[in-house]
Order: sequence, then structure tokens, then C-alpha cells
Amino acid sequence: MSSLKTYLTERRQDKDCLIMTHVVCGYPSFEDNWKELEIMQQFDVDMVELQFPFSEPSADGPLFVKANQAAIDSGVTVADCFEFMQKVTAHFSFKVIMMGYYNTVFKTGQEIFLQKLADAGAAGFILPDLPVDEAQELYQIGTQLDLAPIVLMTPTNTDERLAKLAESADGFIYTVARRGVTGSQTEMDNEVATFVGRCRQATDLPLAVGFGVSEKKDIDFIAKHADIAVIGTAALRAWEEGKEAALNAFFKKLLA
Amino acid sequence: MNLFDFTDGREGYYGEYGGTFLPEILHTTIEELKLEFRKAKEDPAFWQEFLQLMQSYSGRPTPVSYLENLSKKLGGAQIYVKREDLNHTGSHKINNVMGQGLLVKRMGKTRIIAETGAGQHGYATATMGARFGFDTKIYMGAHDVARQRPNVFWMENMGAEVVAVTDGQQTLKDAINECLRDWVTNMDNTHYVLGTACGPHPFPEMVSWFQSIIGKEARQQMLDNAGGLPDRIFACVGGGSNAMGLFQGFLDDEAVELVGCEAGGLGEGKGNHASRLAYKDASVGVAQGMKTYFLQNDDGNMLETHSVAAGLDYIGVNPVLVHLWEKERVRFEAVTDDEVTEALKMAMLTEGIIPALESAHGFAQAIKEAATMKPSERVLINMSGRGDKDIFTIADALGDEHWKRFIAQKADEYKAEKEG
Ligand SMILES: Cc1ncc(COP(=O)(O)O)c(C=O)c1O
Repeated sequence: MSSLKTYLTERRQDKDCLIMTHVVCGYPSFEDNWKELEIMQQFDVDMVELQFPFSEPSADGPLFVKANQAAIDSGVTVADCFEFMQKVTAHFSFKVIMMGYYNTVFKTGQEIFLQKLADAGAAGFILPDLPVDEAQELYQIGTQLDLAPIVLMTPTNTDERLAKLAESADGFIYTVARRGVTGSQTEMDNEVATFVGRCRQATDLPLAVGFGVSEKKDIDFIAKHADIAVIGTAALRAWEEGKEAALNAFFKKLLA
Repeated sequence: MNLFDFTDGREGYYGEYGGTFLPEILHTTIEELKLEFRKAKEDPAFWQEFLQLMQSYSGRPTPVSYLENLSKKLGGAQIYVKREDLNHTGSHKINNVMGQGLLVKRMGKTRIIAETGAGQHGYATATMGARFGFDTKIYMGAHDVARQRPNVFWMENMGAEVVAVTDGQQTLKDAINECLRDWVTNMDNTHYVLGTACGPHPFPEMVSWFQSIIGKEARQQMLDNAGGLPDRIFACVGGGSNAMGLFQGFLDDEAVELVGCEAGGLGEGKGNHASRLAYKDASVGVAQGMKTYFLQNDDGNMLETHSVAAGLDYIGVNPVLVHLWEKERVRFEAVTDDEVTEALKMAMLTEGIIPALESAHGFAQAIKEAATMKPSERVLINMSGRGDKDIFTIADALGDEHWKRFIAQKADEYKAEKEG
């Protein structure tokens, strides 16, 4: 069992709903990222995904697409992301998860990349374009380094497939609340509850619910049906609208 | 050689290339597609239905033309051309599109999406959507919309919605990303009609299968009309579908040399071209659903590409062709924009044919090599499409003053209309 799972399971005993937030490395800048993270720490978030920007972010919605592209255009490299991650894990108490696309890992070399991740203090990694069927070698290396491979479960999966996904997973499961890409609103309804219930049947790992979480009522829903709420686009949108003040207000309302 | 027999290896892999790299949300959809495709491929009635459709709707079989004037002028090998330009909609893209259309009907889906670069694939898809009654949306890089307006015009007039993609480099790869985003949202009623032999398995196999009609016909036509098989065959390679289509007909004929012609653009050097194999600027990566050679930097981010031919202006290449290249069954060459313009002029002036800028890459390489070959030898070029669509780009490349004057006059007319 990964130490990420232990950490989350322990935190969950004291909290109704854990929070994972998301930052695109170097967008709008690393200085902005740092300020965002300070606010996230103040609100006691449990995990943060640091996204390594990629030129073909095909699973992301418009705002993150723009963020990926702008970060690359401004010269952000993979080395910069590792360096930043190192500083973040040394300074903050939340756990850090690498999020990105598989080519970033592949091009660096699977073993080298994961070793660097471990050295930078990451607790796991999420690669939405790498299906488990292609990931076995990478996951094995990750497990040896105590880096949890985070697997996505989706509403289109059969129960049989969910069981197979569960076999490869560690840390927690990222359940995708709806079809589509990141960014737009999700109606947290019976359909989502039923789907999360199916995931619960397949695994005893903590369940995170992501895609379109933006309001207090979403958090209440997730507290009832799962363990972790993933806050992505909504927080970045708040930052873009009004930096510290807006992001503070956003979390205050969300976690009231 | 059966490239698609996966019994001893991993399904969808050609050597170490290919695979299915898609977000989990599409797992069920792609499995369904694999199953339907497998059933269709094993059903002789399906291929028969496809052949009939292509005969009655697209004018197949397309002929092989002997270019007597050009052959004499060069004084080398005898030059033959497979005329995919004579298809309905003017290129080989319709072969794949109609095949996938028949599959969509079998799957009971009602909506189709497609990416397009040159616009030929979008144009063919819009045609298929109109004919079969599907709701059709075409994603096209904003940069390509600007350089291929005639095709956009026809797509829209056949009822398709054309979306100009403004992300990234605003070309083919960005249109593919946008299709993937649409597909992960609407997979229940939507099929993604991928236009080239790239992307996740089963697309490289499926598109190659529909395009194999080119090589099957061409081989027989060479035997019947040219007195024997060609010594070398040439096809341009964007994603690789017309090349795979032609090459498959000759794979087992070991004496026939297969030559893939890539976009050399402005010449060697990162960012100047779209040549993945002939130049040494690309490396193996995983993106857009597959593992293959990509034009990328050390961080795995994709490079800018350049070609005068929008349809060849792509970062990746069909994984089967990479495998065949490593096994030295296919040779890869790059042709620069300037060489393409010269070849195009020569084809028009000596033979009265207008190859698409993409196809003209094959012509340029064949012309170069034919001149050094013996008159007893034969070469075959795949004329993947016709050049009418490129009239704006070609006119610019040729610096045609009459055309410029005409456009300026039209612009004045429209302006007066708007103001009046
Ligand atoms: C006429 C023509 N030829 C060739 C291509 C390149 O595609 P492929 O390599 O898949 O044949 C295109 C693509 O748009 C095209 O329009």
C-alpha cells in the first residue's frame, strides 16, 4: 500500500470531504503559482496536482488548454517543473501529485522521470492519456518508488472494466463525473451518485470526484458519496478574475 | 506479408509502433469500434458493398494513366500515374470516408466529426454525411481555413458545420485534439471519422484497409496495361493513408521498391518542414493516440511544422510505415516546397494534369529518379488528389499576375456590394 493511501485514509477520518486542487506549472507564472498554493494551504487542502504543460492537451478543456500553451510559449520546461515541485514539497504540508500527458514521461524515459518525481517529493502521478493496458511497466516502477499510480474511472466503463482498473490503482481513484473535458459545470445528481457507487463496489481506495466541481453544494454531495473533491478550472478561473482576493473568496464560499 | 495479423504480437502494434493511447472514457467506444471493424473486415459482403458504393458514387476503379510526354522528355523510366484525383471530391480521402460511413450505419450512430488539414478529408466527410444523412461537424485549424477556403465553401454548402480551431499552431494536429475533445463528450451518438492512417488502433489498420483499394486496382492495371509491375512506386506521406493504400498492393512483390515522399518544406532543420523519417529531426513519442515518430523537442512538446501542402503539414506518421521503414521495405525521401512547384508546373505543361500540392511531392521525387533510370523500367506515382483546390496557394507560388488581378477585382465588387 502506498503512503498516499495511508495519508488520505487518516485525513478522511477527521474531515467530511478532502480537497485536491490543481495548478498548471508556470501559468500564469511560477510566482502566481506560489501565491495560489499559499492560499490553498491556508484553506487546508489535502493534495495539489501540479500539471506539467504539454503541447497537445487533448483531455483538457479551453481554460487549461490555454494555460498549457501559454506556459510552453513562455519557456516553461520539464526541468523547471521538477525544480518547482521540489520547492513546493519542501515548503507546504499538502501532498503533491504530478499530472500531465504520457509523452512528457516517455520522452524523458520512464525510469528517469519517476526517479526525478520521487526526488522532488511527489506522492503519485496522473496521466489521463495513458490507459492501464499500456501502463503496467510504469506502474511497477512507480510502486517501487512509493509513487501511487492514480487511475481514472469513468461513467462509460462497464463493471468488469472498473474491476480491472481497480487492480492497477493505488493512492486513490479519480472518478470522472461526466463525459467531456475539464472545465464545464457538472450536475451532481443521481446519475453521478450511481456511478460513484459502482466505483465504490470495485475498490476500497479513497474516491475523488472531478470534472466541474465549483460550488459548495458539489462538496456536500461529494462528502456524502465519496471522499475527495477535485477543484480544477473553477479555482484557476477565480485567480484569473481577481488574483488573491478572488481565489480567497472562492475557497471561503466553497468550503463554508 | 500480413501486417495486421496480431496473433504473435500485441494487437494494434507494428514492431514497437502503434497502440491505443486514449483517455479511459473512450475505452468502451474504441472497443465497440474494434469489434464492428473486425466483423466488417471478416465479412466479404461488406467489402462488396463498399466496392459497389465506390463504383456507383465515386467512379472507381480510377484509371492508371501513362505519361508518355513526360517519360520521353526525361528519357528515363516509363511513368505511370494512379488517378485518385478522378474520385468524387477529388482525392483518395473519399475511399476511407465512405468505408467508415458504412461502418457508422452498422453501429447505428447518427453524428460524425472529422479533422481536416487540406480540407480534402473534411470535404469528403461532408459529402458522406449529406449522402447518409448524418449530422456533420468538421474541425479545421484556423490557419488551414485561411489557406483552403474553396474546400470550406463546399463543406458548408453540403450542410456540415465547419469549426475553425484557434489553439496551438492552428493546423491539422490541433484539429485532431479538438475532435478528441468532442468525441469524449459525445461518443454515445458520434463516430470520429479520422482522415488518415494515424491515431489509436484500430484507425491505422482500418484506414489502411479502406485505402488498400488503390493498390489492389493499381497492381492489376499495371499488369494489364503497362506490361508488368513497376520497378518503383511513389506516394506522398502526410499521415500515410494514400501511401499505405498504394503500397499494400505491392508489399509482396519484393522487386518493387516503395518510396514515401515527405514534406521537406524549406529544407532540413527543426521547424522548417514536416519530414518525420527522411530528415533526422523527429524522434519516437506517444501523442494523438499512438506511438510513432514525432517532430518534437526534448521535453516531448511538438515542434512547429511547415509545408506548402496543408495535407502533409503534420507532426506524426503512420506507425505501419515506420515499421516498414525500419525493416527497409519502404524508403523515405523529403521534397522541398520549391521542388514541388517545379514538378507541378512540369505535370501541367507536359501532360495537362494538375496534381494536388500533396501529390506533387510524389511527382517531384519520381521525376528526379525516373530521369536516372532505364527506358525499360517503369515507375508508378500515386496522384492522391487534384490541385484545383490549391488554386490560391499555387497562384501565389507561381506569382500569377492575371489571377491576382482577378481576385482584386472580385474584392472590389464585394466591397461595393457591401457598401452599396
Ligand atoms: C490530396 C491529398 N494527398 C495526400 C494527403 C496526405 O494524407 P495521407 O498521407 O493520409 O494520404 C492529403 C491530406 O489531406 C491530401 O488531401
